[in-house]
Amino acid sequence: MNLLSKVAAIGALTLIAACSNNDPSALGGGAGGSGTLVPGSPSDPRSPAYFQQTVGDRVLFLVDQSTLSPQAQTILQGQADWLLANPDFVAKIEGHADEQGTREYNLALGARRANAAREYLISRGVAGNRLTTVSYGKERPIEICSTEECYSKNRRAVTVLTGSTLG
Amino acid sequence: MMKLLTSLLVGLTFLSAPVYAQSGPLRLEIDEGIIEPMPFAVPSFVPDNPEAAQYAQDISRVIVSDLTGTGLFREISSDAFISRVSSFDAPVQFADWKAINAQALVTGAVNVSGKRLTVRFRVWDVFSGQELGNGLQFAGTTDGWRRMAHKVSDQVYSRITGEGAYFDSRVAFVSESGPKDQRRKRLAIMDYDGANVQYLTDSAAIVLAPRFSPTGDQLLYTSYETGQPRIYVLDVGRVKRQELKTQEGTMSFSPRFSPDGRSIVYSLTQGGNTDLWKMDLASGQSVRLTNTPAIETAPSYSPDGSRIVFESDRSGTPQLYIMPANGGEATRISFGQGRYGTPVWSPRGDLIAYTKQNKGRFHIGVMRTDGSEERLLTASFLDEGPTWSPNGRVIMFTRETQGASGRSTLYSVDISGRNLRPVRTPDGGSDPSWGPLQN
Repeated sequence: MNLLSKVAAIGALTLIAACSNNDPSALGGGAGGSGTLVPGSPSDPRSPAYFQQTVGDRVLFLVDQSTLSPQAQTILQGQADWLLANPDFVAKIEGHADEQGTREYNLALGARRANAAREYLISRGVAGNRLTTVSYGKERPIEICSTEECYSKNRRAVTVLTGSTLG
Repeated sequence: MMKLLTSLLVGLTFLSAPVYAQSGPLRLEIDEGIIEPMPFAVPSFVPDNPEAAQYAQDISRVIVSDLTGTGLFREISSDAFISRVSSFDAPVQFADWKAINAQALVTGAVNVSGKRLTVRFRVWDVFSGQELGNGLQFAGTTDGWRRMAHKVSDQVYSRITGEGAYFDSRVAFVSESGPKDQRRKRLAIMDYDGANVQYLTDSAAIVLAPRFSPTGDQLLYTSYETGQPRIYVLDVGRVKRQELKTQEGTMSFSPRFSPDGRSIVYSLTQGGNTDLWKMDLASGQSVRLTNTPAIETAPSYSPDGSRIVFESDRSGTPQLYIMPANGGEATRISFGQGRYGTPVWSPRGDLIAYTKQNKGRFHIGVMRTDGSEERLLTASFLDEGPTWSPNGRVIMFTRETQGASGRSTLYSVDISGRNLRPVRTPDGGSDPSWGPLQN
């Protein structure tokens, strides 16, 4: 899975819709349709794919930190706005750590990060009962090299939309 | 698994040799710091009958492997032997063993009758020409032949070193396969030397950090079965597990048994904050042991059950602390450079093993319980999670290699820092928990 493929939703709609289907965590990614705005595609501002790719589904952290950077706060503000505009969705926030650290400490650190993101969303008006958390510690890296370039992407809190009354 | 292993002390009648109860001059003082391993010979045990022939060879091979694996003993190859041992009761030709500089000699015989296997053995001090301890016999079923070999090794080790042994013991661990970003993990158990691996869970859910009960018949571990990390207890014999209901929280993990097996201490996360709790297993009631905004995890009881060593980042970085077993004021014991985690109290009570992270490297180290005499035993890209052998002489841990093709392997190292070696497992391995000596 690639991190934040920053594809702006301009023009090539059908191509983007095809890409989004590769992402298992995207709900309701609609195939088919062409030419017009495709419901569920990244061009549809109400779609999880749009949330993931355009709003940004994740924030990154410094080594052993769970403090939200200004950049992370901007992304979370966007997430909060989206969640407020799409009240039928609930979200699970996954906290992760890089591999520098012991297994159990990193589990607790991932929980801190997920909770920091959750608290921020709540402070921006999202109801707490729409937001759950889970920590994976260092068990689920997305990048597997052992350099800071990979580590910085693994130290993350990812907001995963887990349910909707929408199709 | 073997059901019952009867260990009988048999006064094997050997009229020509006096039986010395006390240990003779053959003695390996481990604490002196062994540089030169003691040379020993194990001529292949004598089969009493044709059915015993293969077992006799295999048992001899496992005994040699156990003893050489300690780094304290050096095998003298059978190519060098002058004497052949063709009868267990024939007098030992000490001159022949002295000539090849074998200091210790182990002779034995194996009998197989149906499914029943019997091993008899003697340990000899070659230079004094005397038997070390008494001849002994172990009996069990044929499929438990490895355990009987380990029991012989335990006797040899104990008689020569004067210390408790560890060969007839098992290790619980997490078997790992697949790349780092799709790692499949299964709970497994094996003999201490990597033989007889048995899988206890499938890889459907992530499993972490098993811990043996004091008697070795149960395991505590953490699983994502419900989607959230939760603590489970598993009956090893029946491979039957159940979730342990903790206090409300987003996750519970890092469970360890108390030495009396009646309670567990564990980490519970509530609102992003992780504290230590203790659960009475009979009542299921939990009480809080720590209450700080810091991460508190990786607890380990002292052998007498009176204290708990754990990891906390209340000072800003993860460090080691000791508190009374019922909670209360904690004393920091780690003051060296770097970050300290996963403390484990030694079965002897005198040392604490831990993971240390400093300047981009990981180490397994030991220190006294007041934090003094810190010694690092290993160094690599990533070493973590030490567990003690039942006699407190050896530490097993996880070593993960670097990069995209990185792989987890179990390693063991002597507390002197010598004899670092991988433990062979079918796939990768992590999070070992060394169980007690078996009965």
